[in-house]
Amino acid sequence: MEKFSTLTSTVLPLPIENVDTDQIIPARFLKATDKKGFGNNLFADWRYNNDGSPKKDFVLNTPLYAGSKILLAGKNFGSGSSREHAAWAIVGYGFKVVVSSFFADIFKNNALNNGLLPVVISPAFLAEIFAAVSKNPQTTLTVNLQEQTLTNNLDGKSELFEINPYKKDCLLRGLDDIDYLLSRKELIEQYEKERFKY
Amino acid sequence: MKPTQQTKPLSTQGKTLFDKIWDAHVVSSVENGPTQLYIDRHFCHEVTSPQAFNGLRARGLRVLRPDQTTMTADHNTPTLHQDKPVKDPVSRHQLDTFAQNASDFSMPLFYPLGHEKNGVVHIIGPENGFTQPGMTIVCGDSHTSTHGAFGAIAFGIGTSEVEMVLATQCILQSRPKTMRITFDGKLRPGVTSKDLALYMIAELTTGGATGYFVEYAGEAIRKLSMEARMTLCNLSIEMGARGGMIAPDETTFAYVKGREFAPKGEEWERKLAYWRTLKSDDDAVFDKELRFDAARISPMITYGTNPGMGMSIYESIPALEDVDEAGRISFKKSLDYMGFRPGEKLLGKPIDYVFLGSCTNGRIEDFRLFANYVKGKKKASAVTAWLVPGSWKVRKQIEEEGLLDILTEAGFELRQPGCSACLAMNDDKVPAGKYAVSTSNRNFEGRQGPGARTILAGPLVAAAAAVSGVICEP
Ligand code: SF4
Repeated sequence: MEKFSTLTSTVLPLPIENVDTDQIIPARFLKATDKKGFGNNLFADWRYNNDGSPKKDFVLNTPLYAGSKILLAGKNFGSGSSREHAAWAIVGYGFKVVVSSFFADIFKNNALNNGLLPVVISPAFLAEIFAAVSKNPQTTLTVNLQEQTLTNNLDGKSELFEINPYKKDCLLRGLDDIDYLLSRKELIEQYEKERFKY
Repeated sequence: MKPTQQTKPLSTQGKTLFDKIWDAHVVSSVENGPTQLYIDRHFCHEVTSPQAFNGLRARGLRVLRPDQTTMTADHNTPTLHQDKPVKDPVSRHQLDTFAQNASDFSMPLFYPLGHEKNGVVHIIGPENGFTQPGMTIVCGDSHTSTHGAFGAIAFGIGTSEVEMVLATQCILQSRPKTMRITFDGKLRPGVTSKDLALYMIAELTTGGATGYFVEYAGEAIRKLSMEARMTLCNLSIEMGARGGMIAPDETTFAYVKGREFAPKGEEWERKLAYWRTLKSDDDAVFDKELRFDAARISPMITYGTNPGMGMSIYESIPALEDVDEAGRISFKKSLDYMGFRPGEKLLGKPIDYVFLGSCTNGRIEDFRLFANYVKGKKKASAVTAWLVPGSWKVRKQIEEEGLLDILTEAGFELRQPGCSACLAMNDDKVPAGKYAVSTSNRNFEGRQGPGARTILAGPLVAAAAAVSGVICEP
């Protein structure tokens, strides 16, 4: 997994609530057996017409926000299916951070397991950033993982965000859970021997 | 009723059912971090596992406990002509990869297409006795919460976590908060556990239980059959819960007893004695408690594009003014997609498709309800109906109980098992703009095919729609 420390980038706004993982990556694209290529189908049904041409009014197709590494989304982002393909699609497209006021549980875990940082901010701050970005698409945000801050560089306003200390450490060091669990193999065998026999 | 918020006292209180099972599975705790939890049973399917097996290969690892993982092909499978090669080459490749992984990693419990134990993962677990009270159960599928109906901690995981469990039989998880939802009173006749669940999700919204593990309790829950309990626990995820569970009782034990992988003889007696201790202590404290009156619940349908957008079949869609301002863009987008107007009633609306099946309503009891309703009636000619049993065992039982004859007589066909139109990865796709009354669990945009419009409902409302061709009271 890639390390994460700080990131400054423009923002791609998606002011929709309850964006479920079926929208992030529709089921018909889940037939692959590797993790590559999902970025091309990120938000496929919102992004492309039936003939495969881009829908002009969808935000991913407007040049205004091209190259943004931060996705800004309405509350309850990533609900629904547990498909990790959703995280692979977002990472594959080039995002490193998703900012919202609320994330679904499984999505949050999946994101963290792929080096994608979910940043939870207050509904008020989220609304402010949406407003700032729609007024000035060049608005940039800075995410500082060590300090756990998200800053709007336009006005310098900043908010702290929460992250589990273990997960923070994993991201900062680029380590994943499997490495960690494998280092505790004897504990597993010991548990199996001693586990409560009913 | 209003929710009551409680905080955990510091003294040693009684334990919740969740606490008892969780505590018995803690291998270690990471300082300031998650818990290393031991997993008793792991279910695997073809869509969310290939990258996990590849991960093992890349790290040079074996599966630690192959006999604790059950593998079934269900998501990406046709529901007709399963004896012939799968037509779509990409789907076929995924199924072949699944078989290759089972063989490369010497997995003994592998049920490919056509196997007598094959079917939707959350259906075959319980029916073969893999699912038992007191267990920790995971699967790379969010509806793993189904298995909580047996008094187990069961939850969906991502593919990185599938790899974690294959490699170590453990998972790292933060302990969720606990919530108890009590349903007092009795369900009225004609109201199913699907209606109860849709009612609850509409009350809580799709994010209303995020961060919580839910225990269902109360008179109405105790009266539910195992099938009905599974339907309810299955839908826990649709309000954001990590999982849902019901304390095991005589109904549970009677269901588990005698199934192929259930304990036998002396082991059965020992486990049964333990299972009887699996309930929340009287003085256990939950982080949140909610209470509902089951007698107030009517047959339910959804009108929007998430399972929280539900209402009784007699109600009208909310008016725009009744939706909070931040949610109005999403609300309008959702109704536009569905082709409905705010304030509209849906009774009497013509529909095009009916889907009976999925891990929510693809069990024998659902087919009994459906068949019983359509008996002596005829399918509406304008309706296309997909009746998809959750497993080969369910299908066999449908035949043995004579339900197939009733269904055939009424003009219905029975398909072969799989997830089918629940997520439309195979050919069972609802065409754009068409309305489907579906007994599955998600009405998301495009879930049943690009542009498909899904109205979620229970098996009785689906049966009524199938014979009348419109949304109507069952
Ligand atoms: S039936 Fe639907 S919800 Fe259930 S496992 Fe299959 S795809 Fe998932």
